[in-house]
Amino acid sequence: MAGNAWRSMMQTVTLIPGDGIGPEISTAVMKIFEAAKAPIRWEERNVTAIKGPGGRWMIPPDAKESMDRSKIGLKGPLKTPIAAGHPSMNLLLRKTFDLYANVRPCVSIEGYKTPYTDVNLVTIRENTEGEYSGIEHVIVDGVVQSIKLITENASRRIAEYAFEYARNNQRSSVTAVHKANIMRMSDGLFLRKCREVAENYKDVKFTEMYLDTVCLNMVQDPTQFDVLVMPNLYGDILSDLCAGLIGGLGVTPSGNIGANGVAIFESVHGTAPDIAGLDLANPTALLLSAVMMLRHMGLHDYGNKIQTACFDTIRDKKVLTKDLGGNSKCSEFTADICRRVQDLD
Amino acid sequence: AQDLQLQLHYCPPPAKYGGRHTVTLIPGDGIGPELLNHVREVFRFSCVPVDFEVVHVNSALETEEDINNAITAIRRNGVALKGNIETKHTMPPSVKSRNNLLRTSLDLYANVMHCQSLPGVQTRHQNIDIMIIRENTEGEYSSLEHENVPGVVESLKIITRNNSLRIAEYAFRLAREKGRRRVTAVHKANIMKLGDGLFLQCCREVASGYPDITFDSMIVDNTTMQLVSKPQQFDVMVMPNLYGNVVSNVCAGLVGGPGLVPGANYGRDYAVFETATRNTGKSIADKNIANPTAMLLAGCMMLDHLKLHDHASSIRNAIFTTMNENRLHTADIGGQGTTSEVVQSVMRIIQSKGQLTAEF
Repeated sequence: MAGNAWRSMMQTVTLIPGDGIGPEISTAVMKIFEAAKAPIRWEERNVTAIKGPGGRWMIPPDAKESMDRSKIGLKGPLKTPIAAGHPSMNLLLRKTFDLYANVRPCVSIEGYKTPYTDVNLVTIRENTEGEYSGIEHVIVDGVVQSIKLITENASRRIAEYAFEYARNNQRSSVTAVHKANIMRMSDGLFLRKCREVAENYKDVKFTEMYLDTVCLNMVQDPTQFDVLVMPNLYGDILSDLCAGLIGGLGVTPSGNIGANGVAIFESVHGTAPDIAGLDLANPTALLLSAVMMLRHMGLHDYGNKIQTACFDTIRDKKVLTKDLGGNSKCSEFTADICRRVQDLD
Repeated sequence: AQDLQLQLHYCPPPAKYGGRHTVTLIPGDGIGPELLNHVREVFRFSCVPVDFEVVHVNSALETEEDINNAITAIRRNGVALKGNIETKHTMPPSVKSRNNLLRTSLDLYANVMHCQSLPGVQTRHQNIDIMIIRENTEGEYSSLEHENVPGVVESLKIITRNNSLRIAEYAFRLAREKGRRRVTAVHKANIMKLGDGLFLQCCREVASGYPDITFDSMIVDNTTMQLVSKPQQFDVMVMPNLYGNVVSNVCAGLVGGPGLVPGANYGRDYAVFETATRNTGKSIADKNIANPTAMLLAGCMMLDHLKLHDHASSIRNAIFTTMNENRLHTADIGGQGTTSEVVQSVMRIIQSKGQLTAEF
């Protein structure tokens, strides 16, 4: 393809390397993308919170400007400060870009064995309200009240996203996960909105299931699930449960969808400060999130190519990082994937 | 925690009527009635000195008369065995879950579930032996909801110092009595700093009085992840209501499903036994395919509670022996056996041990 035409196809992505192992796994992803000749131009930004005018904590303006322009972000792990005085960075990002949907596709990785095979489901979690509203009061000494907020708008929005996702990704069913037998009004509202939205998506099968029944069935036979949509807390628990089925946070991708077309893809593991800078980290989670990002951008061919190369490397078992059961370096693992990506061309 | 009556040194209600106990039986919906009939069948066959007072609760009614009758009966008898009562969504939200009403009215504050891998049942994980103690009356199940602004619903989760101390105390005492080494508190205090923070703090306070038992804590999402990869690491777990719901269902699934695990709800004065995962099982009701194991084992837990240990052991052993035969596995654990085949086998084994039995 002629140089100019290719360069004009380049899309900008805001890259937030993060802390701990963040920078090295981001570098790994960039190397693999380069080997795949993916038309992505990376714009690196830092999101350490700063105090804006009026004393409110915010992300640095150049980071916000970059994301508002590019609309797509890839983020490594951010450390949660304990006594820094500001809220968690993840929370700040969520509020800044109204990241209302957390999407985690959980697919069994052939070659990374867990007791569960053939897992292929997606958890879609409402990410702005529910049990994480942060509203708590001490009523009297020894009695605490935490408020769970469920609104019509947020419920409708997440339900619509879930059905759109199902349709766009050829998934056959959406299951609403709830506890409306106990939380009659709040989960009842959530469920009603899901049912209403389902009416507009007759091509997608809609079912409802109690949270406990989902948990019970998930650990016995995860293959019966397809797309799951749920409020915040259940989503938090279930998405981690499903990550556990396929091998943990080190191999699970995650995407956050915001209003105004913003989408930030991220690895959800920690910063692993004990191995930071030692070339031991596993970039799989960030890489698979980047693949999710490519698919979101419509660049399915590049996404598939990179994912195939990654899975082939893992299946081959010759250059695995320590957490995957090998003793190779991050750079060796990355180089192997790069080589395979180039061979796939 | 001053007035804590120890469940473990509990005296069962005296067997007033000719040495026989009277137990309230609530059939419930779905598979409840048929499974409880089988329990009665096995008890009658084994000459267990228990008479059941059957109280029906109609889940289709909006009034609370039925459930209040059941609660009164349990207050009278002290002990109950129940099936799950369905909560119909078509009812207005003011019609609360009957099961929940029962638990809170009788202050059955501890839900106890013992998840053990059964040798005769094939599962992905082996050697699981986890005791789950779940706070059973407050937390997210407080049933306090309101809609101040149209389209905005608030649901209140209540955590109190008293109930948290109480359940933590229960967990540690049970751990000590059963010779268990470690208690893990499951929480989400990084997000719900005040609510779960209070729960965690109470657990820590109680833990300091039990230096022989190791105490640690784990965030609920990490807990579920650990459970599906390495469940053997857990010993005793204590947690608030909702996380208890999630964790107990995950654990039940890990050892073979809802058909195998019994559960108990203990209060200071009353005890109610049921299947651990409280499923109604509407889709498999009246088809003779439900697994009677969980309900039968719940019956055995009840017999132990009434200090009828010999009967409890004899029935329990018969159940475990039956479990070893694949031919008698019901569909939920991968077999093709029927409910009645399992029950017949249990009774046959009891008879073969030479005890006094009624006619077949």
